[in-house]
Amino acid sequence: MEVFKECTDVQSNRSSYTSDESHDREEISHLQRHGWSAATVKVLASMPSRTAELNKSRRVRYQASSHESPHLSRPVKGASVLAEAEEINTEVRSDLSYSTDSNLCAAENNMDQLVSSLQGLSVSEGTRKLREMPLSLADKIEIRKVAFSLKTESSFIGRNIPCYTHLSMYISMTWRHCLFSCLPVFSSFKLWHSALKTLSGRYGTGVLSYFLFLRTLLFLNLLLFVITGLFLIIPQAINPPPSPKADFSGIELLTGTGYFSDSLMFYGYYSSETLPGDQYRMPAAYFFTIGFTLFIICIILVYRLSKSFGKNFQVLKSNKNLAVKVFSCWDFKVSKKISVRLQSEKISTQLKEQLSEMIKGEDKKTCMQQLHRLIVHLLAWTACLISIFLGTIGVHNLSGKNFNVKTTLNLPKDTELLVLSAVVSGINLLLPGFFNLCVWAEQYESPGTRVYVSVFRNLLLKVSVIGVLCYRWLESIPANGLECWESSVGQELYRLLVMDFIVTVLYTFLGEFLWRVFSQTILQKKRKPVFDIARNVLELIYGQTLTWIGVLFAPLLPGVQLIKLIVLFYMKKRSLILNCQASRKPWRATQMTTLFICILWFPSFLGTVVTIIYTVWTIKPSEKCGPFRNLTTMFEGGQMSTRHLEDAHPILKWLSWVYDCLVENPVFLFLASGVFLMVIYFQAQVVDGQRKIISRLEKQIENEGKDKKFLIAKLQDLCK
Amino acid sequence: MGNKQTIFTDEQLDAYQDCTFFTRKEILRLHGRYHELAPHLVPMDYTNEPDCKIPLALIVNMPELKENPFRNRIVESFSEDGMGNLSFNEFVDMFSVLSEMAPRELKAIYAFKIYDFNVDNYLCKEDLEKTLNKLTKEELTPEEVELVCEKTIEEADLDGDHKLSFADFENMISRAPDFLSTFHIRI
Repeated sequence: MEVFKECTDVQSNRSSYTSDESHDREEISHLQRHGWSAATVKVLASMPSRTAELNKSRRVRYQASSHESPHLSRPVKGASVLAEAEEINTEVRSDLSYSTDSNLCAAENNMDQLVSSLQGLSVSEGTRKLREMPLSLADKIEIRKVAFSLKTESSFIGRNIPCYTHLSMYISMTWRHCLFSCLPVFSSFKLWHSALKTLSGRYGTGVLSYFLFLRTLLFLNLLLFVITGLFLIIPQAINPPPSPKADFSGIELLTGTGYFSDSLMFYGYYSSETLPGDQYRMPAAYFFTIGFTLFIICIILVYRLSKSFGKNFQVLKSNKNLAVKVFSCWDFKVSKKISVRLQSEKISTQLKEQLSEMIKGEDKKTCMQQLHRLIVHLLAWTACLISIFLGTIGVHNLSGKNFNVKTTLNLPKDTELLVLSAVVSGINLLLPGFFNLCVWAEQYESPGTRVYVSVFRNLLLKVSVIGVLCYRWLESIPANGLECWESSVGQELYRLLVMDFIVTVLYTFLGEFLWRVFSQTILQKKRKPVFDIARNVLELIYGQTLTWIGVLFAPLLPGVQLIKLIVLFYMKKRSLILNCQASRKPWRATQMTTLFICILWFPSFLGTVVTIIYTVWTIKPSEKCGPFRNLTTMFEGGQMSTRHLEDAHPILKWLSWVYDCLVENPVFLFLASGVFLMVIYFQAQVVDGQRKIISRLEKQIENEGKDKKFLIAKLQDLCK
Repeated sequence: MGNKQTIFTDEQLDAYQDCTFFTRKEILRLHGRYHELAPHLVPMDYTNEPDCKIPLALIVNMPELKENPFRNRIVESFSEDGMGNLSFNEFVDMFSVLSEMAPRELKAIYAFKIYDFNVDNYLCKEDLEKTLNKLTKEELTPEEVELVCEKTIEEADLDGDHKLSFADFENMISRAPDFLSTFHIRI
């Protein structure tokens, strides 16, 4: 990159006007130096950094004075300076181009050098260089006339080549034109792109991260649904097993029993009995489909996680972003009034957020105040933990009671089945409200900390609830001797999901609306409440965990979750616009997305995988229903099918041999992970080193500037 | 090839094509746009290079520039007299630099000129304040504007003179990945 050089200049009384044919627009501004003698300036003008650039073709001669002499006080609005400035401005803006005595020859040399630099190149190279010169069009046409006319005199063949270069240039130009006009079309294909732009501009990056997370989950569920649909649902739907159909009554949408219990919805429906013989074995399909989808989701999540982490560890980090934002954020293409207003809002919000990050002033607190705060924190945490514990105990007892009833062959009424899911949803509704109360009492200073603490507390709640439920399902249900325990678990999961959805809808419509009315009329607050990110994100993660666990027991569950997410997006957006407002203290949520994906990965997905592996490995499938009947474990079903496949296709034998040798061999795994760790360490060191080099170079540039000032001052002294 | 147009000579069109990032068709189209800004001022026949300039007030009414907060500065930076009156050459030059084909260095030079409100070849604090007010349409409080200006100069000023010279500006822009796509007007 060419570094643009500056020159100092001479006094204005030595300027002379020339309107020579060199229309090089060397804009020379004559910021007069008060005390500088001509000798000083002459010396400075012939500094190597000035003269070295004369021979390069691509340069601009902005001649301006750069450094204040340290002897002078800073002339801010001195009358003399103003007068000079006005004089300068009129000079600059006149039609004539200026050059000074000492630079007059240089100006002419300038033009000649530009022309000569162009002559040494081929036509296409020369045209490219000509285009990139920062001169006015009239000047460029002049230079071109001179340069290329000389060229064509020397070589006649040279004139014939331009046809070909014109064509190739034309093609590349039209191609680029097409590409740039298609790009905005592509970006608008991204789901909900414009809605998210509006939201982020008005409500900040925290709220935006929630909606982006929702969109990510939507795509994951879509993928899950498509894969299970293709390999499990459609084959089974085409060949339905004979089963007595119960009557359909409305309550079954909530409970999942009755009409739905013997349907595609749940595990019990799937079997290999009705499928055409050896061509499509349901146990194999079931086992491998579930395994494959979980594997793909694992890879996607790890990839997203690593990309998010990567963004946080960039070499040129965000503490230098404010200037860049100010100068390169405004999109000049935007021409509609509404879009322009939206853009202004977006930039204002972003600038405010960055400012808030920079001024994190903490007031000094006295000892008593610190102690007081500590006690308040401790109390709040204890209260939250106790409430979580109580909630978990309640769920534990209730689910025990619920399932024990079934052993007495006295099947509970439909409404009784809903009690557990209602209670769980109730806990999920009330306890986050209680956490919000605690956070309000604790009075955290920055909104970011508040959100992180809430997220953590909500996470603990959800983890304990799901943990207790999983324990119940896997420990006690199979032992109860139910006819089709997997379907029961699937139905339970379905009920939880649907009840959660209904409660969320009611809360969004009524709860948030009522809370806004309450806070504005009774609490007399002028601002609308802030969107509760922690609660909503953890709701999403909770629903997603249930879906993932449920894929094994109810293959259609991702479809239900998909519908739920789509409806949720529009509802939440509506509610946000009606009832909420941006936080008074804007804060930057750069790491929110990373945090959400991290939570999705670590407790949620890994927990699901552990649960599923445990189920598949150890628990005996029920004997009368499902694709794995008459087997000791589901895993055995998988193994059997692999053996069957190997026998059918001997080629696959080597694949299983490779699997046995490599994947199941611990030495290989250790070696591979060792290599990965070393690569990661190496890269981290390289990044660290680059950062250090950059900071040292910046310091060096600063010191050079100081040196220059010092030398100029000394030169001044000597010349006096 | 195609219809004979009489607005420009072939040499003129070649020259335009070589010196800007536009093709012949685009130059003719630009001429059409230039003409419709002031039909009574702009002749249709440019073969003898008439010397006519359209005033600033008419140019900033173009739909591409109308809502741009920097429209006055953009037009002034490309005008030779500094008052915003553009001849056809300057008009083409302006859109050529703002097109998608222009390289980063060229755009940086003109971006610097645009943001330099008092035309002293430095981006001083007043320039930054004006830029910010235009960007945010006065939504930031004066204290916030002051703070942003201070921080910007602190971040970008490398040689320690508390204003941004072109070298500082270019260095800072080199770190902006989307400068090329945002500093672009489509015509």
